[in-house]
Amino acid sequence: MTGEVAVLGAGMHPWGKWGRGFVEYGTVAARAALADAGVDWRDVGSIVGADTVRGGYPGYVAGATFAKALGWQGARVASVYAACASGAQAVNTARAQILSGLADVVLVVGADAAPKGFFRPAGGDRADDPDWLRFRVLGATNPTYFGLYARRRMAVHGDTLEDFAQVKVKNAALGALNPNARYRKRVTAEEVAASAVVADPLRLLDICATSDGAAALVLSSMEFARRHGAADPVRIRAVSTVTPRYPNTVLDLPDIATDSAVAAEPAADTFRSSIARAAYEEAGIGPEDLSLAEVYDLSTALELQWYEDLGLCGEGEAAKLLREGATASGGRIPVNASGGLASFGEAVPAQAIAQVCELTWQLRGTAGDRQVAGARVGITANQGLFGHGSSVIAVR
Amino acid sequence: MSRTRTPVVTGWFTGEGEEFRLLGTRCSACTSVFFPREDAFCRNPGCPGGDLEEIPLSRRGRVWSYTDSRYRPPSPYVSDPELEWQPYALIAVELESERLVVLGQTVPGVTVADLTVGMEVEVVPGVLNEDAETTWTTWHWRPTGVTA
Repeated sequence: MTGEVAVLGAGMHPWGKWGRGFVEYGTVAARAALADAGVDWRDVGSIVGADTVRGGYPGYVAGATFAKALGWQGARVASVYAACASGAQAVNTARAQILSGLADVVLVVGADAAPKGFFRPAGGDRADDPDWLRFRVLGATNPTYFGLYARRRMAVHGDTLEDFAQVKVKNAALGALNPNARYRKRVTAEEVAASAVVADPLRLLDICATSDGAAALVLSSMEFARRHGAADPVRIRAVSTVTPRYPNTVLDLPDIATDSAVAAEPAADTFRSSIARAAYEEAGIGPEDLSLAEVYDLSTALELQWYEDLGLCGEGEAAKLLREGATASGGRIPVNASGGLASFGEAVPAQAIAQVCELTWQLRGTAGDRQVAGARVGITANQGLFGHGSSVIAVR
Repeated sequence: MSRTRTPVVTGWFTGEGEEFRLLGTRCSACTSVFFPREDAFCRNPGCPGGDLEEIPLSRRGRVWSYTDSRYRPPSPYVSDPELEWQPYALIAVELESERLVVLGQTVPGVTVADLTVGMEVEVVPGVLNEDAETTWTTWHWRPTGVTA
């Protein structure tokens, strides 16, 4: 087990399509997290920004961009990029600095302003970039990969379109209770079934939107938290940032093919389940200890996949767990109490940080109408394209 | 004016008709196969490193999963914005002897309604798009029961 760090503050800019820049959203979230922590920005020793590729240079140097927007005060700076997992890498960078004694208090910020429509690769004629190639050669958008995973689950595990729709119904009901969510309206299974097919078998309401949004955390050493008067703060006990192991035999974005298993046997567990296993091992807990989970529901079917990868149920049993109501509000292990990506839409560098904000509020018991009763242990799970695992375990 | 036929990516496939094959590389030391091809280094971390030799991949495989694109993909995918969008299917195909899964578009006219997981398909030459000077060629997957 590694040491713990304290979550002193959490803050967000609400998700939506606001038509302004990511720097403004990030600054709003950072100020909210600092206010929540009761920490003056000038007392923060380090800032870590999760990059956005959509902001040009300011997006690639997000840490410095937010430091300047908040007012230069000399803090140590870092900027990290790991696609959808960027936020967890930012949290982990902050944690490493705190545990090694490089900083007492670190501000972590991620923000994005998303374009309309499908995500697309950077421009130019770049045949050496797998992300460019999958669009040029196959027109393979992100939802087509989600469609492949969904159809595979239907064929192998017997999941149905109704199961997928019920994930959306569950998450929309929770998102309706969350003031930071973009979509705050309940959805019926009939509405999911009536929405347009985007990538067979998935429909528009099975797939998460892309959003503007920002999330921030103020993390500190346990010693600083005590001196600061936070006697019983939420603590981050584990951060998993693992990569796949060769051969990776599950087709992953943005790849056109898997590794070959002809010369080396694949590991017993898949990349996605290894992400959670690393977090459990570091935290010294197991899935039976969890009060709640925030998972990356890029699609409804992918949320079911995470149930199995987190060990909430056995392989192939996710739809059964959902049908039993175990993952709904009031169930044995509520999943995406925040409303999930289904209710937020994805603001890439902010999303993994937002997952930790939700754990923080739930573990403090301040999540309002969507509060999970008696929450003590929470996990987040996420995966960034190009081989980035991300999982955070927080306790109180 | 006749167009030049050019592969959309150099060195990923070769041949015509029955002779058409996807091209990968194989490590001479550990026998790992790579598609898309690796020409510099073997990526097996347990391999001391060998020469990478070009090999044709199996012509036939089985459907691991499938989906389609009901909306026009963004650039650099090329499509005529003047024409109504025609969805096409994508298949992930498991090649048994290479023990890997390769994505590809289906031949025109085959839709998701024609496909099932586990179905046998074969690789055939296809056209991705045409512009004034060039016919950009690619690979397509076709169910072996279909001869069209």
